[in-house]
Amino acid sequence: MPNSTPHQYVLLRNGRVLDPSSNLDVTGDVLVANGVIEHAGAPLGDVRRDGDLVEIDCAGQVVSPGFVDVHCHLREPGREDVETIATGARAAAAGGFTAVCAMPNTDPVTDNQAAVGFIIRQAMRAAAARVYPIGAISVGQKGEALAEFGEMIGAGAVAVSDDGKPVASAQLMRTALEYARTFEIPVADHCEEPTLAKGGAMNEGVVSARLGLKGIPSEAEEIMVIRDILLARRTGGHVHLCHMSTRTSVELIRWGKDRNIRVTAEVCPHHLSLTEESVEGYNTNAKMNPPLRTAEDVEYLKQAVKDGTIDLVATDHAPHHYDEKEREFSDAPNGIIGLETALAVMVTNLVEPGIISYATLVDRMSCSPARIFHLPGGTLRRGSVADITVFDPAARWSVDPATFLSKGRNTPYAGMSLTGRATCTIVGGRIVYRLTS
Amino acid sequence: MNSPHLGKDLLGLEELTAAKIQLLLDTAEPFKEISLRAIKKVPTLRGATIVNLFFEPSTRTRISFEFAEKRLSADTVNVASAGSSVSKGETLVDTARNLEAMKIDMVVVRHAASGAARFLAQRIESNVINAGDGTHEHPTQGLLDMLTLRDHFKRLEGLRVCICGDVLHSRVARSNIWGLQKMGAEVAICGPRSLLPNHVESLGVHVFRRIEEAIEWADALNILRLQLERMQGGYIPSLREYNRVFGVTREKLERAPRDILIMHPGPMNRGVEIDSDVADGPHSVILDQVTNGVAVRMAVLYLLAGGNPALAEAAKG
Ligand SMILES: [Zn+2]
Ligand SMILES: [Zn+2]
Repeated sequence: MPNSTPHQYVLLRNGRVLDPSSNLDVTGDVLVANGVIEHAGAPLGDVRRDGDLVEIDCAGQVVSPGFVDVHCHLREPGREDVETIATGARAAAAGGFTAVCAMPNTDPVTDNQAAVGFIIRQAMRAAAARVYPIGAISVGQKGEALAEFGEMIGAGAVAVSDDGKPVASAQLMRTALEYARTFEIPVADHCEEPTLAKGGAMNEGVVSARLGLKGIPSEAEEIMVIRDILLARRTGGHVHLCHMSTRTSVELIRWGKDRNIRVTAEVCPHHLSLTEESVEGYNTNAKMNPPLRTAEDVEYLKQAVKDGTIDLVATDHAPHHYDEKEREFSDAPNGIIGLETALAVMVTNLVEPGIISYATLVDRMSCSPARIFHLPGGTLRRGSVADITVFDPAARWSVDPATFLSKGRNTPYAGMSLTGRATCTIVGGRIVYRLTS
Repeated sequence: MNSPHLGKDLLGLEELTAAKIQLLLDTAEPFKEISLRAIKKVPTLRGATIVNLFFEPSTRTRISFEFAEKRLSADTVNVASAGSSVSKGETLVDTARNLEAMKIDMVVVRHAASGAARFLAQRIESNVINAGDGTHEHPTQGLLDMLTLRDHFKRLEGLRVCICGDVLHSRVARSNIWGLQKMGAEVAICGPRSLLPNHVESLGVHVFRRIEEAIEWADALNILRLQLERMQGGYIPSLREYNRVFGVTREKLERAPRDILIMHPGPMNRGVEIDSDVADGPHSVILDQVTNGVAVRMAVLYLLAGGNPALAEAAKG
């Protein structure tokens, strides 16, 4: 449970202090004073402070800047039965996230300053992980008129996106990228060419051919990826590409980055760990958009996380009610929850097999997302906000959705044994989560 | 209940072994004769309750199952989607719960979603027979097609069968492909590429681009129905052009190096995928398929109800 009274001082002892933003990787201590990092690095020896000091032994643990998820769905307002900002923020903290960005496809859509303000107030009340609203690109996410970016950002929004829906109109996307330059915020796009993807329920490939399900070709994503990159080149705006899933998307992003076009991209843990084969047996917990692709795509995405072509990892946490997933595959909703499994899926599938280091993991889950979305945190530098994640890199645990703090249970990882688990999450110097074993 | 010979359900031919397919075909043989009697009824399934749950209209398949059930003396209830709770937004899982509560012995299900029959089978104890799920499988159609081929050629092994037309939206195609391949036949498909699933070659079939090539190769053509709405969907330019390029006509068949058996799951669009003189011609076994459909379904019902294949002859009474 979140600790309601903040300690004046928090001392994290003997952990592996790992902060790629300041090239730090030593066994030592981190001292937080009044919500701000006072020291991160070498062991401090005897620490005496006037006032309330809590000391936590972090031996064998990694102490890193807090994870930042730039893409999740918290379902409030509209579907509080499925998730609320409070339950989502607590689930985030339990997963090691100190901050999450909430996508605007709520009901009503978060497309104005009042709606943005509501999310911020609910998040303050929850007092767990920070929640940053993302405003809609278009009014009602209808893809027609631009929403009031300026007012939403004034109220606390950090980016704009019509996620959940693609921006079908190239002209609207162009205008959004141009207009967003005023505020220097990313325009996050759900890349999906709607006529190609229409009616599709899974990746178009050998498995869809066998199961008799309508497929979504990878080109549905790739066409929009290159469109967005070209529009970013034309406008000078910053396009952020959500949940990349294919090999060619990676190649196109690399093409854009090589030309210094302002494109950043994210990948979800499930697209790094599962393939279209997971759909076998019409498993609706493997139904998502974009769909799970092939082993070759997964391999390319992993390499892209390693070499930085993909800048960051985001969960696309998408809770659904049990009943909604308990139906015919083609009619079941897309999406899976991810906040409480992201770290372990990354450690198990990318760090343990030696594809990336823990430093890269921390960069892609903390430093890079904070930097790209211009958020506080993502660093242990002296004087920055004390948003910190402590995790046990060797903890082996079995995924039991019943124990999740999220209201969602829709995960394809249920019953799997994974490695790596957050043990303590600190937001602004306040301990918002501790793993009780 | 679990049948000793077939298991609990018949969901598709992909999961059946060649031995089980063989058993189903062999068991269908004695049941053919019942349909020729004056009183076409035996007491084999007396007391069994069967629900025909058709979420999608299909007069032919439903009537064929109903005949099979009645000839085996089962009590049947038909639930069609129109006017039933199904159309009032009742979910498949609710339907399953209700069926379970009514203590039904068997459910024959037709549904527009691929995987729907399996979905139901996993949630109820009754035996489930897939009468067509979306664009996935239609196993009894596959079996009756194989029975018809076997009647004619006296074997399935080594036969060359080409499935022609809209494979993309067909459930018959997959059941045929898996069933025939397991029995040692060679299967090819032929149709406009816009109506073939991408990666269909991964199912082990050869793809002919032109119907003339298929005709040169095949021992039998299984001609699929072209759903007329595919033209509005933009998959093909016109029915006229479809008939010219992919339609099976007598002229095209006359150039074949051998007599080709003509099959069609029906209902046919005469003058589109098949010309009338082919459908009614000497090599057409389209009506035999209908007759065999009842026998195959009787065999499926009999075996799933626990019937002993060795006693199928005696079960006729
Ligand atoms: Zn999306
Ligand atoms: Zn999303």
